[in-house]
Amino acid sequence: MKLTGSAILIECLKREGVDTLFGYPGGVVLGLYDHLHQQNDIRHVLCRHEQGAIHMAEGYARSTGRVGTALVTSGPGATNTITGLWDALMDSVPLVVFTGQVPTSLIGNDAFQEADIIGTSLSCTKYNFLVKRVEDLARTIKEAYYIAASGRPGPVLIDLPKDVTFATTEFSYPDSVYLRSYNPTIRGNKGQIKKAATAIRRARRPVLYTGGGVVSSGASAELHRLAELIRCPVTNTLMGLGGFRGSDPAFLGMLGMHGTYRANMAMYESDLVIAVGVRFDDRVTGKVDEFIPNAKIIHVDIDPTSIRKNIQVDIPIVGDVKHVLADLIGILEEADGPLFDTAERETWEARIAEMEAAHPLGYKTSSQSIKPQQVIEKIYELTQGNAIVSTDVGQHQMFTAQYYKFENGRDWLTSGGLGTMGYGFPAALGAQAAHPDRLVITVSGDGSIQMNIQELATAVINELPVKVIILNNHYLGMVRQWQQLFYNEHYSHSYLAATPDFVKLAEAYGAVGLRATRPEELEAVLLEAFRVKKPVFVDVQVDPSENVYPMVPAGKANFQMVFSDPDDAHPVPVPDRIPGQAPAKKSPARASAEASAATPADFRD
Amino acid sequence: MVHILSLKVENRAGTLSRIAGLFSARGFNIDSLTVAPTEDPSVSSMTIVTHGDDVVIEQITKQLNKLIDVIKVVDTMGRDYVQRETALIKIHTRVEDRAEALRVVDIFRARVVDSSRNSYTVEVTGDSDKIDAMINLLRPLGVKELVRTGKVALAREGTRC
Ligand SMILES: Cc1ncc(C[n+]2csc(CCOP(=O)(O)OP(=O)(O)O)c2C)c(N)n1
Ligand SMILES: [Mg+2]
Repeated sequence: MKLTGSAILIECLKREGVDTLFGYPGGVVLGLYDHLHQQNDIRHVLCRHEQGAIHMAEGYARSTGRVGTALVTSGPGATNTITGLWDALMDSVPLVVFTGQVPTSLIGNDAFQEADIIGTSLSCTKYNFLVKRVEDLARTIKEAYYIAASGRPGPVLIDLPKDVTFATTEFSYPDSVYLRSYNPTIRGNKGQIKKAATAIRRARRPVLYTGGGVVSSGASAELHRLAELIRCPVTNTLMGLGGFRGSDPAFLGMLGMHGTYRANMAMYESDLVIAVGVRFDDRVTGKVDEFIPNAKIIHVDIDPTSIRKNIQVDIPIVGDVKHVLADLIGILEEADGPLFDTAERETWEARIAEMEAAHPLGYKTSSQSIKPQQVIEKIYELTQGNAIVSTDVGQHQMFTAQYYKFENGRDWLTSGGLGTMGYGFPAALGAQAAHPDRLVITVSGDGSIQMNIQELATAVINELPVKVIILNNHYLGMVRQWQQLFYNEHYSHSYLAATPDFVKLAEAYGAVGLRATRPEELEAVLLEAFRVKKPVFVDVQVDPSENVYPMVPAGKANFQMVFSDPDDAHPVPVPDRIPGQAPAKKSPARASAEASAATPADFRD
Repeated sequence: MVHILSLKVENRAGTLSRIAGLFSARGFNIDSLTVAPTEDPSVSSMTIVTHGDDVVIEQITKQLNKLIDVIKVVDTMGRDYVQRETALIKIHTRVEDRAEALRVVDIFRARVVDSSRNSYTVEVTGDSDKIDAMINLLRPLGVKELVRTGKVALAREGTRC
């Protein structure tokens, strides 16, 4: 039977098992939307901005392990997806994004809402396709889903001219894909894996340094098995959190710029680093020459370009993490004799315990103000690690990474590589759409939530009861922290003078708004938020002067971490007007005069 | 270190942009790049001359291989490859210089492919050093215009690539 391009697209999505589509209509995709209207197999979640749609697709993908799908119109609809495409590329999130395009006869004519999205997205997609003939559509879709999900996952874009969606052809969906120029290496080289096993058996102070690759390849069980088998401590990158259980005694916490002291120092003192599904990102390594000066390095990754890009390694292994770890475990299990020397391991563990005792993660609570770290600890306490948690970008993101103990990598949604403010809320909505019965929480900042806040409407209409916990410090906190520490306390444009009243704002959208201002209110407010079956914004007024520690200052080595504000640090100027509250007693002018800090220009009301 | 990379790529719109984009985005150098059809119409061959230390060349090769449109990349360095480049050189030829010009053309086994009252256009093929040498000899006569194709390379029979 002959079908139109639009009907073929929907048929293909069904064959790929797509149950949810995140999108926004416009002129050139109306034919498609007409078909969507006539079927019930695929749910379409109408976002309020195409950036929202693509982050939703990301949240859906990361939380399920399936490919996320988005559909947008040409021109501005397509260009609004660019940030999300970059985000997905950097964090290896499998997506297929359909963009409408002007009819083939008009391409290149600067037609209304024509944007060269193929050219624009060349560098931020794993691959992209312009479909010029309806006969090519089904095969292209098959290839797109295959490319997005296989190898190192990533975003694929399909540009669909309007006439192609109306043209008809005989429909048949290919069963398999063969691309002669694309063959990801899945099994690692046996010889290299044997070498790795030998190095592991010789190691006295090994550390497993693992990342997002463990989560994407579903290798969590293998990682736990390996760590147990060779009695090896584990540290995770930001993207790798949850790949190893946060509550496991062998877990050292996150490493890198805001990692734990013990994780960074264990790496520094280690004699064997087993790097799995990581890419030696600069926020992890700090000054790269002094990152792991004494260690032999085994590096397992599916992407050959990740290996020896930032650091020289001794035993590179290209392959899918799950397969490589399984093979490695097999070799180790069959080995004669012990895999490690118990006394040596005890010494190593004792050394790590000393590191932890010297500089544990911590902060000072106060009876007056809520500390942001305390909020994360409370969320963990109340959820026991059973929620899906997303974040935006800033201090609140780092506090979440430090203080929430993730049990499952697919429950952790954050923008690691690109650091996209505005990611968290839509990503959580995508996850909630895929997991209607789970508790989905976004930890956001008062700055970040205002990027993509419009998706509150999406949450309400689609009954996606995400709980958005806004750690409201009235600042672009992470920017303020750097200005305080490295720019002479010149708080240039980091104070968000006119923050909206988030409670009223939530209510205006038909969601629930709650606020906590005092430490003793925190638990009850969070419990209420988790109880109601609606989207909730919780405005948590937190201490604005709190900084993220420990911290490796930019350009420094990881062993040069700092743990607290310098002794001569001034309190951060606080605003006088907190929405929904009586004005604070101090005027900003007086507060900053007392603090004897220069008054930021932004404070003039 | 200069490396000559010989590629087989999908003959598709966008392949060249992807490759050029890769070099610019990652700050790699392109000294020359040629694209041409092969005996298989769905495949193009590409020769890229680039330079960098070993780590950079390894990254370039891996990044090229990662591109979905790239079928195969071979670094010809250390392998037995025939390399050729062609140049067309237009020189001024005053009457008294013509004999010298033809002598140079002869030495390099080049050919005059066009001539006018006061110019010759010479075609020369060879490795890049030969072409450089010839241009140097012709310069004193006055080179008016010059185009070079960039290198192409093909493995010699009997060597694996
Ligand atoms: C789209 C985007 N623009 C700018 C930045 C730079 N940036 C990083 S953190 C940050 C501050 C975020 O403020 P907020 O959301 O309030 O979080 P806080 O640090 O206060 O917890 C900014 C501006 C970014 N990461 N993303
Ligand atoms: Mg803030």
